[in-house]
Amino acid sequence: MMRFLLLFSRQGKLRLQKWFTPISEREKKKIIRDMTSMVLARQPRSCNFLHWKDLKIIYKRYASLYFCLAVDNQENELLALEVIHRYVELLDKYFGNVCELDIIFNFEKAYFILDEFLIGGEIQETSKQVVNRCIESSDMLQEDDSSEWYEVELFG
Amino acid sequence: MKELMVRAIYCESLGYEASFSYIHAIKLAQQGAGLEKRVGYLAVSLFLNENHELLLLLVNTVLKDLQSTNLIEVCMALTVVSQMFPKDMIPAILPLVEEKLNHPKEIIRRKAVLALYKFYLIAPNQVQHIHNKFRKALCDKDPGVMTASLHIYLQMIQENPEGYKDLTASFVTILKQVVGGKLPIDFNYHSVPAPWLQIQLLRILSFLGKNDQSVSELMYEVLDESLQRAEMNHNITYAILYECVRCIYTIHPKSELLEKAAQCIGNFVLSPKINLKYLGLKALTYVVQQDPKLALQHQMTIIECLDHPDLIIKRETLELLFRITNAQNVMVIVEKMLEFLRVSTDDYTTIDLVGKVAELWFIETMNTVFSVGGDMMQPDIPNSFLKLLSEGFDCVEDDRKLRLFAVDSYISLLHGEPGKLPQRFLQVISWVLGEYSHLREELEPASVLRLLEKLLDMKQTSSETKNWVLMAMTKLCVGGASVSVAQQVSETYISSMDTVLRQRAQELQHFGQDSEVRTRVLPRDTDLENTIFDVDSSLSFLDGFVSEALAAGAAPYKPPHQRQEELAQAKALSLEPYGLSLPISMSSCSIADRQSPTPLSMSSGLSTTLKLDGVKRVWGREGYLVQRESVEETAQVEVPSPLRSPSQQAEANGSHSQTPTQTPTPEPEQEKQQLAASLFFGLSSQSSVCLMGKSGPTSHRFRRKAKGQGSISGATEQTSKTKLNDSDIKGSDPSLSEDSGLVAADSEDMNPHEDPERPKDLCLSSHLPAELSGLCHSEISPLCSIQSLDLSACHVQKDDSLVLVIFIQNSSDSAIRQIPLDLDSDELEVMYYVSRVSDSPVEDVRSHDVAVYQYSLTVKRPSVHVEVVGTVSCPVGTPQTVRFSYKLPLTTFIRPLTLSTEEYGTMWLAFSHDTKQNLTLISDDPEPLTATLSVLKRKLQLHVVEIIGMEGILACRLLRDRPCLMHCRVHAGALAVWLRSPVPDLPDCLIYHCQRALQED
Repeated sequence: MMRFLLLFSRQGKLRLQKWFTPISEREKKKIIRDMTSMVLARQPRSCNFLHWKDLKIIYKRYASLYFCLAVDNQENELLALEVIHRYVELLDKYFGNVCELDIIFNFEKAYFILDEFLIGGEIQETSKQVVNRCIESSDMLQEDDSSEWYEVELFG
Repeated sequence: MKELMVRAIYCESLGYEASFSYIHAIKLAQQGAGLEKRVGYLAVSLFLNENHELLLLLVNTVLKDLQSTNLIEVCMALTVVSQMFPKDMIPAILPLVEEKLNHPKEIIRRKAVLALYKFYLIAPNQVQHIHNKFRKALCDKDPGVMTASLHIYLQMIQENPEGYKDLTASFVTILKQVVGGKLPIDFNYHSVPAPWLQIQLLRILSFLGKNDQSVSELMYEVLDESLQRAEMNHNITYAILYECVRCIYTIHPKSELLEKAAQCIGNFVLSPKINLKYLGLKALTYVVQQDPKLALQHQMTIIECLDHPDLIIKRETLELLFRITNAQNVMVIVEKMLEFLRVSTDDYTTIDLVGKVAELWFIETMNTVFSVGGDMMQPDIPNSFLKLLSEGFDCVEDDRKLRLFAVDSYISLLHGEPGKLPQRFLQVISWVLGEYSHLREELEPASVLRLLEKLLDMKQTSSETKNWVLMAMTKLCVGGASVSVAQQVSETYISSMDTVLRQRAQELQHFGQDSEVRTRVLPRDTDLENTIFDVDSSLSFLDGFVSEALAAGAAPYKPPHQRQEELAQAKALSLEPYGLSLPISMSSCSIADRQSPTPLSMSSGLSTTLKLDGVKRVWGREGYLVQRESVEETAQVEVPSPLRSPSQQAEANGSHSQTPTQTPTPEPEQEKQQLAASLFFGLSSQSSVCLMGKSGPTSHRFRRKAKGQGSISGATEQTSKTKLNDSDIKGSDPSLSEDSGLVAADSEDMNPHEDPERPKDLCLSSHLPAELSGLCHSEISPLCSIQSLDLSACHVQKDDSLVLVIFIQNSSDSAIRQIPLDLDSDELEVMYYVSRVSDSPVEDVRSHDVAVYQYSLTVKRPSVHVEVVGTVSCPVGTPQTVRFSYKLPLTTFIRPLTLSTEEYGTMWLAFSHDTKQNLTLISDDPEPLTATLSVLKRKLQLHVVEIIGMEGILACRLLRDRPCLMHCRVHAGALAVWLRSPVPDLPDCLIYHCQRALQED
């Protein structure tokens, strides 16, 4: 089971955080600090796995962004690496050549995609097409509804 | 509103508090439509966690949305439910979620299954009744829903594999279909069919097939197929392969499959990709318990991984080694682990873990060491071992485990054949049992006592050991049965010839009778760190007592060795008190006892602190020393030191000439000694051979490698990029000693060595600063070059300091400004030497010129060789940083220390760190001692304070002003050397250099 997923930049700025298990705010802050310092300190040619307490940290760098996924100890590391990769592929497909700025400015979209891909710490849907269809259909819904909602806001 | 909520999320992720917006997030989820609702739900799932009170407000919204006709709203509700939902509200929405399992849309069914999975995780008993619905989900026509249901099954099967054996066939069929590519192309990932599904199934199968042959047989075929299919060179196939291998090794073994799996592991381990190597090591770790041969096949790779720059790989390798530890290789592996520990300082619990493991072995190792090294070893080894055990580490739990482990292992040793164990080991055992056997609760103190009693009855047990045993018994005698045993023992020994034994027996008897006194004097669970030691080194609290006694006409106290001397008409004073053996120095109780013979008055008279100190002090190293100091102090005050008496000196000289024939130490004994010494020196060359035991040619290569690593401690020194090798040590030292007026015998031999370097050396040495040019310097050796800069270095020994001079030669045509040069060292303190020219280490170098940097070095932590590492970067052109290192032997920091014999005497007593060793004597000289000492003087710059007969005392200081004293005595053809210093490790390092100096001569 996955525990959390963090995205942060090379400067250690957090871009996205997803916690699959309930963790207190304080603990979260500490974890984020630990993760950024640990992952950023890694040498370029070393392996993508780390140990942290009883968890395994799988991280991968895509351009200026680090994707950092924590899984249970008995989990398959390579598979977790592919989870990260698949998520990047999904982002890429949605944004079209995704870059850090896309995620900064549309992070809620990144969260939506993540919600369709992973749920409660497990893989939900691995197919790129299916996930995208879901996202697109809800986007459509938004276009349709926005005017209506706008009116509600004005009059209510 | 939506935008605002998005901003609030952003603020939170930047670390700012935005709790005011939580309620609005819930409102948005409730009232919004479309994307607003979605953002609302997202914000809720990001802001709140399962226990947040506001989450209750969401329940109604979720209920409403689950009933909505809008698919997307249902999806959103299910998503948020499967991420978090208050536990006690589950029953409210459970029927609705269950209903969704029959929904026509597969995405809804899938999300519903995952929501149920979540419920199962947080409240398993609430979903008990719908297990058959899970089965239905498993048989769903949509593979996505089926995949989702596997999460639940994996969880349930892990908890109770027996209940789901009947599903094995279905799982196997599913896997077969997946592997066979029967799934829609949608599920492919990089043209591998549904890898997540495959892995999930493999894991389920391994749970089902564990320890079950008939079930395992169902799987063999499909596992084989998986192994064959997964051939493509992609991470995801490796992930599947790894899972296959794990499954194959978990289920009931089948040799064909095992073979294939082993081959797979081989591919992993040998892969150049670091991630695969890691997994390979992990697989090996997993497998090695069943099949140690596999590790043998890959031992070369394992050794390489051990030196891998990546700590993670290193750690994994250690984990693997941990599994293959046995009695033969335990030393090497522990060594490696400690090495690892030294490197990684900030790795949280992993370090804890490795530390713990290493410590457990530590006991085993010490057991071996004690049984082999036995009585040959120096007394401080068991002492420091016990100290370590009692002081413990940071973690209470670890301490307890370690001690328990020690107790267990010793009890079993005593059940075996204790007669074969060396005395010192027996002492250690009895101490540990006395202190910690209460940790093992089911162990009766009486039975421990009986074991200990057996020791007493053995005739080869020395009285010293008996002392330890009796003391342990004193600590143990609680409860009826044990008291009677104790009484019996004390009866036997209370009339012993040995006073100390008698004393102990008395103690035992009285403490046995009066448990109240016992608990006061010997508090249980004495944590050395928490107990404040008020060690009064002068024993001043006895002053009143002593003066009273003196006034009453008692004879002044004479220390034991003095009395012995007087008795034996000793020929010379030994600074080493005879019978330094523990019983005498054991505790101040024995002193008190000598003056007031009743033990009872000892325990209730005088002052309480005395008693506590007295008893406790036995254990600590400090206590041990205090005793010795006080004894010798009195000697100094009361008796004129025979060292200064000319008649005795003459006598001593006479005796010296009378003893030209010395019996050589029997060789096997020496060997043993060497073994013990080398075991502790950190050399593992002998033992590393048997890391993996047999196996032919590979183990040879391995041996060489391990030896190379072992040499850090200094047995062989040409390995690393040592810039300052033997020749320049010699090259510089003789000339130095020429200054001090001694002729160096081998200075001429060294010249040819230096010749090739000469011209460069000369031209650089002209750049030496004026204040240093008068002094002699070591050979100037090149350090590194970076672009047009060449760095060289030498060191200059000044009386009060050691100066490291670094030359930077600029061979380019332009001046280079601001060269950042950084020096650092673990063992040394490096100070930039403020010269007149500039006060900053960043300086300009003109073209074709040389810049000179001076650093003064002082030793922070003595070590046999010290090393300065530095980095320099060239500011011109592409930025580039080069590292270099410069190694110096500790001897370059040693200066003679001139002092008188009296000063020597007082200093000797004040120092706490000592070491003893026998060195070879230069035997072809008529006066071996003088010849040997003059070699030491010449080579190591020790100051010979005085030579009296067969004994000599020398002194030196480590820059700056940290003295080290040396006492040598010719004994049985060897030079017994005893070094003392206030600086830890200094005696050990110095003795190493003495050894070298004498070997070379």
